[in-house]
Amino acid sequence: MSIELGHFALILACAIALASSIGGLTLWRSGERLASVLAQSAILQFVLVAVAFLAVVQAFATSDFSLALAANNSHSLKPLIFKISGVWGNHEGSLLLWILILVLFGALVAAFGRRLPADLLNLVLGTQSLLVVAFGGFTLFTSNPFARLAQPPIEGADLNPILQDIGLAIHPPLLYAGYVGFSICFSFAIAALISGRIDQAWARWVRPWTMLSWIFLTLGIAMGSYWAYYELGWGGWWFWDPVENASFMPWLAGTALLHSALVMEKRNALKIWTIFLSIITFSLSLLGTFLVRSGILTSVHTFASDPTRGLVILAILAVLIGGAFLLFALRASALRQGGLFAPISREGALILNNLFLATAVGAILVGTLYPLVLDALIGTTISVGAPFFDLTFGALMAPLLLVLPFGPLLPWKRADMVAAGQRLIGAAGLAIFLTILVSALGGVSISLAPLGLLLGFWVTFGAFAELIERGKIGRIPVRESLRRLAGLPRSIWSTAIGHMGLGLTVLGIVSVTAWETELVTTLNPGETTQLAGYSLAFDDFSQIPGPNYMADTGHFTLTAPGGGTTNLEAERRTYVASGMPTTEAAIATFGLSQFYLQLGEPLDNTHVVRIWHKPYILLIWLGAIVMAGAGVLSLTDRRLRVGAPQRATKHVMEPAE
Amino acid sequence: MTMPSAVRRKGWSRKQKRLAVIVGLGVVLAIAAALVLTALRDQIVFFYSPSEIQSRGVEPGHPIRLGGLVKDGTWVRAGQDNTFVVTDGGTEITARYSGILPDLFREGQGVVAEGSVGPDGIFTATNVLAKHDENYVPKEVVEALKAQGEWRPEGTAQ
Repeated sequence: MSIELGHFALILACAIALASSIGGLTLWRSGERLASVLAQSAILQFVLVAVAFLAVVQAFATSDFSLALAANNSHSLKPLIFKISGVWGNHEGSLLLWILILVLFGALVAAFGRRLPADLLNLVLGTQSLLVVAFGGFTLFTSNPFARLAQPPIEGADLNPILQDIGLAIHPPLLYAGYVGFSICFSFAIAALISGRIDQAWARWVRPWTMLSWIFLTLGIAMGSYWAYYELGWGGWWFWDPVENASFMPWLAGTALLHSALVMEKRNALKIWTIFLSIITFSLSLLGTFLVRSGILTSVHTFASDPTRGLVILAILAVLIGGAFLLFALRASALRQGGLFAPISREGALILNNLFLATAVGAILVGTLYPLVLDALIGTTISVGAPFFDLTFGALMAPLLLVLPFGPLLPWKRADMVAAGQRLIGAAGLAIFLTILVSALGGVSISLAPLGLLLGFWVTFGAFAELIERGKIGRIPVRESLRRLAGLPRSIWSTAIGHMGLGLTVLGIVSVTAWETELVTTLNPGETTQLAGYSLAFDDFSQIPGPNYMADTGHFTLTAPGGGTTNLEAERRTYVASGMPTTEAAIATFGLSQFYLQLGEPLDNTHVVRIWHKPYILLIWLGAIVMAGAGVLSLTDRRLRVGAPQRATKHVMEPAE
Repeated sequence: MTMPSAVRRKGWSRKQKRLAVIVGLGVVLAIAAALVLTALRDQIVFFYSPSEIQSRGVEPGHPIRLGGLVKDGTWVRAGQDNTFVVTDGGTEITARYSGILPDLFREGQGVVAEGSVGPDGIFTATNVLAKHDENYVPKEVVEALKAQGEWRPEGTAQ
């Protein structure tokens, strides 16, 4: 019964969204009255979709296998957390989650957008509802999660064992919150194009939403990368797989959008470009979610693909993205440009940032789609792998990282490179010194490693230059400096911390790429092997049953060069329901470095082990977390908080009684 | 008349600024385009079935992707060294791989391996791609098998 209730709720939500989108996009000039209706409709859509989603969650949690989706993707022996996360471990359920987050963002705009101009709010909520109609309709007509089975099986077919991991509970919701959050920027861009009005207040509105989505996407990608690293057991953390690229492109575009919206907010310049980026970013998000689902690209993330679905998805994408760009082409010239500046200025630096990020998006897009195009045109099957992306992306990022520390030091409108350069001498010296030191100690395994290190250190230390300058560190008493630092706007802190996070990620990537060591060998219980100064002893081999699998477990003792020992357990699991084997790697963490162990299938009582030492690998994800933290800090800055300036004027206008 | 020229020397005119920005953008885009094209020429990896390797001839040592089915009864393991025969029904090629094969590597199943053909005609794999689902056969393999008339849809492939 609750399943049908959920089904009905989703249909109702789509119907309401249809009415909202028609009303919002045609009658947007009718002001406050319509706005309050649309706001209520947005909140109602959220409540209804939440009911639909909970109905499916309940069926999974209670192992109600009369629901076809649960029968195909769940199993009664699974732990509860994996039953619930299994809801979005398949095509239909993941769409439902996507729509849930879409209506959640719509409801948030409705709830927090009371101070928005009514016209703008009408258009934004209208566009947002249009997206709900498109994807809700797609779900209902081609991928119905509520389909029932006339003869329910006694037991479910189980979820792919690789997905039975805490990663599935966290990674997709974070990633989707990032993707879908950019729909708000998209809706704001469409609203600006339709109304022909765009100003600094618009940018002040859009930026927190961009920042919020960007934070989720940053964490989602980092989480996905770490999940792939520990679960897939190949010891790699980034594969340039089409789906990874699909999530990385909106991240790059979103990063560019964050920076260009800054120029627009402060200087009223780059309006058309910011609108364009808003559309691009969400279009890439849609591509990220759906191109893969369409079954056109083969990837580890592809769920069961049905050709009709693929066509419908492509049609929806073509209409939405094509429509948005058509609108852009027709209306962009109506937006007035403003804010002149010299090439060497804060604006100039941010344009350079956008240029490199956008070009990198273009390069990744070419690499991701080229095999498809080639296959379609001349029927040659090729793969564009890591070497292509390493070369093009690396070459585009190096100059960006080189100029990055200058950006925050340049004043708006017109700047002096020499003055900025002088403040960075300390950072440059420190970066060069550390690079030489590390290269001398670690040896140069790849010729580009010192360059990568130099850029990583340069960005990390350069990020502090503005803090040192503003805090007058070293020039006035320490206590006075601390007081000044504490009084700085949070936006300055978040800029510095965010850039430092990027530097840390770069350092982690360079370190692992250049100094990782690996060994494949046969090892039997009682034997010992060495790698990178660590000593690994194979203690014991045993078979232990898990809740819904059998595990062949190898017990190891790892002795660090310093003398500390760690016990490691690497497993090979065979899942009862599907009979599918998986590898659970054992990972030991030493500071920021990790020791990674994979156990092979036993043959005549001999075991193959593959071990890696990954120096400073945790910096990669730590840097991402630092970047996301900087984003959160920036959201708490009162100067950027939504509507803050407007509230101030309202207070003035109110009678003083 | 000296004043305006002195002013002009100090700062750029609007036109010059715009030109400088456009030239800068153009240069970066041109470099990026050149980079992408070079990389596309040199860094892409072509996919071959065993028949194609035989008929077209592949330069020894040149990185390629090999796809086909692992022939029944040919997988031999000695410690970490694996040898198996990849077939597309028509032609066979022996492949070597040192390391741990993916969980779902099985005889009779599809496989995609990255590596190169040696002068002795044996394929040395540097990486064997993992499959994530027991029903999943790489698209390239399906097409190669169809070309050889060896493709049996799901269920009959055992």
